[in-house]
Amino acid sequence: MTSHSPHAPHAEPDPYSFGSRPYDLVKEFTIALVAVLALTFALAAVFSSPDEKPMTIASWAKADPGDFTATALAELDGSSGTASYGPPYNTAADGQKLGPLALAKAAGVTHPIDAAQAFVLGPLAAAPQDPAVTSALSTYNAASADQQAKWTGAYSDALTKANDDPAKVTASDAFGPVPVLLGQLLQQAQTGSLDGALLSEGGFYQTDYTLPLLFLADGSDLAAQADAQHLSGDQWGMMNETGNFPGQAWLWLYTFWYQISPFNSSDNADALVWGTMAVLSLVFVFVPFIPGLRSIPRLVPVYRLIWRQHYRELQQ
Amino acid sequence: MSEHVIAPPPTPEPSPVAGATDGELTGGWTGAVRRGAVRALPPDKLLPDTQPKYVASWIYVFGVLTLAAFLVVLGSGAVLALKGPAWWHGSAVGHYFNSLHLWSVELFMAFMVIHLWGKFFMAAWRGRRALTWITGAVSFLGSVGTAFTGYLVQQNFDSQWISTQAKDGLNSVGIGAYFNVTDFGQMLMWHIVLLPAVVGLIVVLHILMVRRRGVVPPIALRSAPAEPAERETATEEEAAR
Repeated sequence: MTSHSPHAPHAEPDPYSFGSRPYDLVKEFTIALVAVLALTFALAAVFSSPDEKPMTIASWAKADPGDFTATALAELDGSSGTASYGPPYNTAADGQKLGPLALAKAAGVTHPIDAAQAFVLGPLAAAPQDPAVTSALSTYNAASADQQAKWTGAYSDALTKANDDPAKVTASDAFGPVPVLLGQLLQQAQTGSLDGALLSEGGFYQTDYTLPLLFLADGSDLAAQADAQHLSGDQWGMMNETGNFPGQAWLWLYTFWYQISPFNSSDNADALVWGTMAVLSLVFVFVPFIPGLRSIPRLVPVYRLIWRQHYRELQQ
Repeated sequence: MSEHVIAPPPTPEPSPVAGATDGELTGGWTGAVRRGAVRALPPDKLLPDTQPKYVASWIYVFGVLTLAAFLVVLGSGAVLALKGPAWWHGSAVGHYFNSLHLWSVELFMAFMVIHLWGKFFMAAWRGRRALTWITGAVSFLGSVGTAFTGYLVQQNFDSQWISTQAKDGLNSVGIGAYFNVTDFGQMLMWHIVLLPAVVGLIVVLHILMVRRRGVVPPIALRSAPAEPAERETATEEEAAR
């Protein structure tokens, strides 16, 4: 038995007072590194990794013009997810609350988005248009909010009756310029120019995909494709990637809360889950100082298994 | 007459370390930092060639496996960074390096979780080791954040879906106002610069704490009073030292 470092001034057992044995840490680390490298190379070779192509505005508009048109109409009349979101995009709502704390509202609108302007009117105005579209755009912009709401409301009802197929909507003066605007936006989307228009941040280089991602998320096709890939929230999708690859399995507890009451039925579900996880994370970090919790290891005899050799020698 | 001059034997310059005699502190702040570092972690404590006898379980392997996997994560990520974020979508070699990155992350997180549970059931915070636990727990949470931002910057369907879903949670508590998961540029910076730097620093601190305090001794059996005395845990004051 060898004795190494001197005892610290506080009364605590020196690990080496239990006896010691030769141990080559560098050799252990080298073997571990080689083993992990070999395992990683093998897993990567056998299982590869997923890379499902991203959905574009163009692919969405071509595959499902009805859903695209209905989404664009919702952006125009203010009923889409983004248009009615609240902070940090706009003031259409107060955002979620965590008990009395309105944290989202307190943080404010840091990424202002006027949905009608950003997704519909802006891209139409920015592109060269024929006189009919320019005229429709002028008419819509010059109309009062009430008049705009009547046009979009009438067209929304007609589109719903036609199962979101704009080609089956019978023309009517009640729609005002809305069908012309949405028809042109659909064309721009299908040619791919809307992808570029939504990405434009006013400069040459672009890195912010907030607008195209929010527009896609306001539609139904992104969610439908995610559902088909088992990525939806009620499918514990956070733990998967496309093609049945493992995802962020370590977030099982986070996604667990969304499956149970009251989280799964609350309007403030996200804030409640985040609040719960914040508290649990603090508990996790400060386990050593929490009476009762820090005593659990003494009650669960896993430690007897870990140190069985030590206890056996002690008994002998 | 020879021009050669016999020089006197050179006077050895005093070593800055040796110059510090008992009770004499030299070297200013630098010397103080050096003395503190050597006092806290003398070489044989920093890199010992022995271990306490009770370190005899497979559970101890998962700490070093976690560290090894972390290095593989950093290495595979460095190659992906070297070639740029779009490389792996159009190159078979790039795709393989992406796969290496993915699987090393999966291994890293798996090893770390096992290591963490092992340390929990050892009550490894005993004996002034609370800061060791805290740095380990924070590095786990930091790794979760780093992995999350990695999923956001894959530039594929997964990234689109994860970012549009995750924004709601972050926005609900005001974090999304400053941490925009749909901003690819911002997330890429967090993933390849800020978070790895923070996690790497905390991991280094964690390892130094382990070396400084040593591996936690076994929990004393009630029927074995002969074992060295131990305390339930460190106080906050001790943990801060």
